[in-house]
Formats: sequence, structure tokens, C-alpha cells
Amino acid sequence: MMRSDFRARNHPAWWAFLVHRLSGLALAVFLPLHFLVLGQALAGEAALDGLLAWTQRPLVKAAEWGLVVLLAAHLAGGLRLLALEFLPWRDWQKSLLAAAAGATIAIGLALALAL
Amino acid sequence: MSARGETRLWIAQRASAAVLALCVVVHLVVIIYAMRGGLSAAEILGRTRGNVSWAAFYTVFVLAAAVHAPIGLRTIAMEWLGWRGRSLSIAVHLAVVALAVLGFRAVWAVFA
Repeated sequence: MMRSDFRARNHPAWWAFLVHRLSGLALAVFLPLHFLVLGQALAGEAALDGLLAWTQRPLVKAAEWGLVVLLAAHLAGGLRLLALEFLPWRDWQKSLLAAAAGATIAIGLALALAL
Repeated sequence: MSARGETRLWIAQRASAAVLALCVVVHLVVIIYAMRGGLSAAEILGRTRGNVSWAAFYTVFVLAAAVHAPIGLRTIAMEWLGWRGRSLSIAVHLAVVALAVLGFRAVWAVFA
């Protein structure tokens, strides 16, 4: 079997696949940590606040913003996949990639304004 | 795994994705709303403590994520690491249980 080289991969749908996979991987790694942080509430409000204070550091805040953007990207890319797989083919489905990218950017900007 | 098993996982991944799509839209709205002016435990717990609706929402969210994430990790493990067979199956099941336990613990922590 021939391995596909970079030229074969360098098109929007392959990049969409890679973004979906890497964002999913990052979210799966983050999820247990997210649960553990919230679990700190078992030790009381102060314990949770201690961890939340740490998240106010600029670098952590930037990382949080990145994670939310990855969540938005995984959501938009996943909706695109569900539409591709379950809806009958229409020409506009080609525009789904652009719609997914646009939705991700919009959510990213909305959060940037909230930070 | 058998073709039937793979098909069941494929269906589980799409079904959980559909549930998660709804949950994540709600989650993103709450995140953007809650992060204005920074997070505080009082603000989070004020929203969730004793609130059965949020607890039910997050319980469904955790269940769907505990199904969805391990199936996705399994695909990555097979395609990128070449990991297959019984050991992978055991690891995937452990991941489901671990995520569900940690997730339900977190839901309880902010509810109780």
C-alpha cells in the first residue's frame, strides 16, 4: 500500500479531520482534570476558590480560552460530520467546512470578550 | 472486534455526539456568561447547589461524554498507535468507568 504524502493530505477536509481529532484528544485529556477541579467543591467552597484563583494567571487563562475554542471547534466539526453522514447530500454541504470554521471563530471571539 | 461490535460503537459514538451537541451548546453559553468578571466558587455553587435541573443536565452530559471520549480515543489508539485486541478493549472500558465516576463525583460536588 502506498502511503499518502503531504500533497494528498493538504486539502480542507483533511485539515478538518486533523483539527477534529486533535481537539478531541485534547478535550479527552482535559476532561478528567476538569472533573477533579470541580470535585474540590467536596472539600468546601474555599478549596474550590483556591484552584479558581490559580486559573486567573494569564497563561492559565490563555490555555482555558484555547480549550474552549477547541470545544467549539470539536462541536462545529462534529455537527458537520453528523450532517455529512445523516442528511441526504446537497450542494450546500460543501459549505459546512466554512460554516464550522466560522462558528468556531465566533465562539472564540465571544469568549475573548468575556474574559 | 467483530463487524457487529464496530457498528454498535459507531452508533454509540453518533448517538452520544448528538446528545453532546446539545449539551455543549448550553455549556458554551454558560461558560461565556460565567467567565465575565472571572470565576468564583460562590458564583458556580450558587448556580448549582440544590438545583435538580442543573444536576440532571450535568448527569446526562457526563454520561454522554463518558461514552463518547473513550470511543474516540480507541479510534486514535488503533489508527495512530496500532493498538488492538483485548488489552485495548479493557483500557477503553476502564476509561468509560473512570470518566463516569469522576464526572458523577464532580456533579455531586457542585450539587450537594
